[in-house]
Amino acid sequence: MLRIRMVEEELANRYAEQEMRCPMHLCIGQEAIAVGVSQALTLEDKVFSNHRAHGHYLAKGGDLIAMIAELYGRDIGCCGGRGGSMHMIDQSVGFMGATPIVGGTVPLSVGSAWASKLMNDGLITVIYFGDGCFEEGVLHESMNFAALHKLPVLFVCENNDFSVYTKLELRQPDRPIYKIAEAHGIKSQKADGNDVELVYQLAERAVREIKAGSGPQFLELTAYRWREHCGPDYDDHLNYRTQTEVEVGKQSCPLARYEQQLTNDGDLTHEMVNELARNIKVEIDLAFATAQAARLPNLNDAMEHQYA
Amino acid sequence: MREINFIDAIREALDQSMARDGNVVVIGEGVPDPKNIFNTTKGLQEKYGNQRVFDMPLAENGMTGVCIGAAIRGLRPVLIHQRVDFALLSLDQIINNAAKWHYMFNGKAAVPLVIRMIIGRGWGQGPQHSQSYQAMFAQVPGLKVVMPTTAHDAKGMLIAAIKDNNPVVFIEHRWVHHVVDDVPEDFYEVELGKARVMRKGSDVTVAAFSYMVFEALIAAEALEKLLGISVEVIDMRSVRPLDTASVIASVKKTGNLIVADTAYAFGSIASELITSILDDCFDVLKKAPVKICSPDFPTPSSPSMTKDYYPTPKTIADAVIKMLGVDVGSKKLQILMDAVDRKGLHDIPNRDFKGPF
Repeated sequence: MLRIRMVEEELANRYAEQEMRCPMHLCIGQEAIAVGVSQALTLEDKVFSNHRAHGHYLAKGGDLIAMIAELYGRDIGCCGGRGGSMHMIDQSVGFMGATPIVGGTVPLSVGSAWASKLMNDGLITVIYFGDGCFEEGVLHESMNFAALHKLPVLFVCENNDFSVYTKLELRQPDRPIYKIAEAHGIKSQKADGNDVELVYQLAERAVREIKAGSGPQFLELTAYRWREHCGPDYDDHLNYRTQTEVEVGKQSCPLARYEQQLTNDGDLTHEMVNELARNIKVEIDLAFATAQAARLPNLNDAMEHQYA
Repeated sequence: MREINFIDAIREALDQSMARDGNVVVIGEGVPDPKNIFNTTKGLQEKYGNQRVFDMPLAENGMTGVCIGAAIRGLRPVLIHQRVDFALLSLDQIINNAAKWHYMFNGKAAVPLVIRMIIGRGWGQGPQHSQSYQAMFAQVPGLKVVMPTTAHDAKGMLIAAIKDNNPVVFIEHRWVHHVVDDVPEDFYEVELGKARVMRKGSDVTVAAFSYMVFEALIAAEALEKLLGISVEVIDMRSVRPLDTASVIASVKKTGNLIVADTAYAFGSIASELITSILDDCFDVLKKAPVKICSPDFPTPSSPSMTKDYYPTPKTIADAVIKMLGVDVGSKKLQILMDAVDRKGLHDIPNRDFKGPF
């Protein structure tokens, strides 16, 4: 979690340099979900994600240099500069792809699970999406098929209460999201997505049951988006949410909470955290330096891979 | 040689592809039902089981995405829509994911997916069961779009499409389904993106898509027989890649070009083909090229309104005569028009057709 937080903060710090020239959706405040879920997966298990994918990608083991280089539009980026922040991929660790059309990758994850079932490879596919995805028809189409064919897929909804600047209550009636998934015949649970241990426990059990043949499962995990929908800054001056709400949201910081918990248990000291942060900083600095030193692809590069 | 129809050719291509590659799966609304997508999927579920061949939920967009996800993981799905019009629900998945995935992830993954779509015509199909959107799909880089016309090509091109590592939109006109011709029993491929000269000629080139190839052949035969006008008919077969080279070679010989398409005229692939020819060999053209398409308004249902809606062999024969500027005289023209007239009811593909869809 600390590594994801530090990467995201460094991206925010450097964004104003105008060298990373692409839309960027930071996951600061929402790290526990990616980390807790990924901890329950094997390297081979598959993951699909959405526009806010940095955390999911890094938690699954996605290559940091390839990620940063992609944001800088470099040829060693995970998409060779074709995708930018909204298109993360590292198939070597099972991270199959992230794209920004809301709901776009949900059926792909179900298709991946279908392939796993036909190939009998014992793998599970995880799909991350937000609360807004419940307004997309394709989500329900995907859940219907996954339940019908008992496919090995774990649907993970990160409910951060916002679609860009629009609150959930303005977009959906007052009913629990996870109950809709349940109505599709999918075992569903709702929990606090800021509690990384809890997320892990729920995911670990869900993954175990799915691999044993339970069919798809669904987790609705609450989270809070600290910064603006897209970009590096805080945007509370826009007054689409109250300062009180932001303060309350930040109080549930998954990092602070877990650090406190581990410290109380005697498993962690302040020095250990500092040491960890120093090592991560070295890794991040190296990743930025490597990325920025890499070649900028040109139009000739852009013309490659039009067809397989 | 063995003669079978287009429907049996499609079924044989699916059967042979599934037998050779366990990753080929066939799904669609109605695939294993009693009508079997106009019999093109008959017997497949019995032979390959309900894990590889099944009826799908009415979720065209979602199921397209499911097939894309499966294709990324190594399956080779064939997704079938009984009408092109139903596939329009899946444009997001086709355009944003299937067509882009290989490119946007820098060649790291591929989407070997075939989407069969059928164009309806006649028997009152109406505005939402008769559309031809090959040009719209062809506008999307990353897709391949093909429209086979003969049973031979239906089999060979479907096999090639299934073996292709790219998403292929495979469009079948309902009225070519009963075409019968020589179809080898072997497992063979017909290369995608290549046109075929169906009839050699020296006066006018008619480049035609799908069912319009047959309308052009009827016109060409009568023109030759009655007026000695020699028409070269090209079956374009593919829409993207578009085989402009074959048309250029023909136009360099004839100097005249007519393009016959099954779609609305505006923004059609006929327009695109003519533009390419103007770019490449403007100087050899004797007259401005002509496109023959459906009118620029939706297809009505009532037979009394569709009677003069679709272009026919008459339309093509008339365009050829005008292009050549020959004065054939009214009597000869009448004989010609009688010769190319489709006798009997205009809204059925063949005399045995009794509906209902």
